Amino acid sequence: MNINVLAFGIAKDIFGGSTVRLELANDATVYNLKYSLENQYPRLKQLASYMIAVNNEYALLGDTIHESDEIAVIPPVSGG
Amino acid sequence: MLPESGGIDVFIGTVRNATKGKAVLRLEFEAYEKMAIAEMEKIAAEAISKWPIQRLLIHHRTGILAVGEVPVIIAVSTAHRAAAFEACRYVIDTLKQTVPIWKKEIFEDGEVWVAAHP
Repeated sequence: MNINVLAFGIAKDIFGGSTVRLELANDATVYNLKYSLENQYPRLKQLASYMIAVNNEYALLGDTIHESDEIAVIPPVSGG
Repeated sequence: MLPESGGIDVFIGTVRNATKGKAVLRLEFEAYEKMAIAEMEKIAAEAISKWPIQRLLIHHRTGILAVGEVPVIIAVSTAHRAAAFEACRYVIDTLKQTVPIWKKEIFEDGEVWVAAHP
């Protein structure tokens, strides 16, 4: 399936844009998504950490992804 | 302010002029707005369930802020001060951990996304 991944903060610099299109297997999980993102953008691995949000909720590695989901890469937050 | 309120604890975050001794020119804030609001609402709900809160305000700005400007305000009113101090501290501490807002520090010789790298 084809998905759009939103990027914020330093992830936007790493991707060179605020969204990235990605091809994933139909039953892909958040883990698979992180794996393919890191293959395509190795600099992600140098971050202290990063989370994936699915439909505005922090996702677990085992969560499955659907083509209609809103997916975002969440680098370490620094609000306040 | 409610007549039943005995105290209001207000935290006002301000942009500092230096980080680790290096002069900061300004900060640039960015938010994943929908999720940021959702996470702030979760923090508010949690605080209200933990303390006898009468009024609670969480305010956060985005965009470019100069030194001395105010990116965040937390205000909590309760009947007795202890709850206000504790709840206010809980809200700002948790906001800094879970709300998808990011700040970039701009220095004379470059810029850094705070907390991004180890």
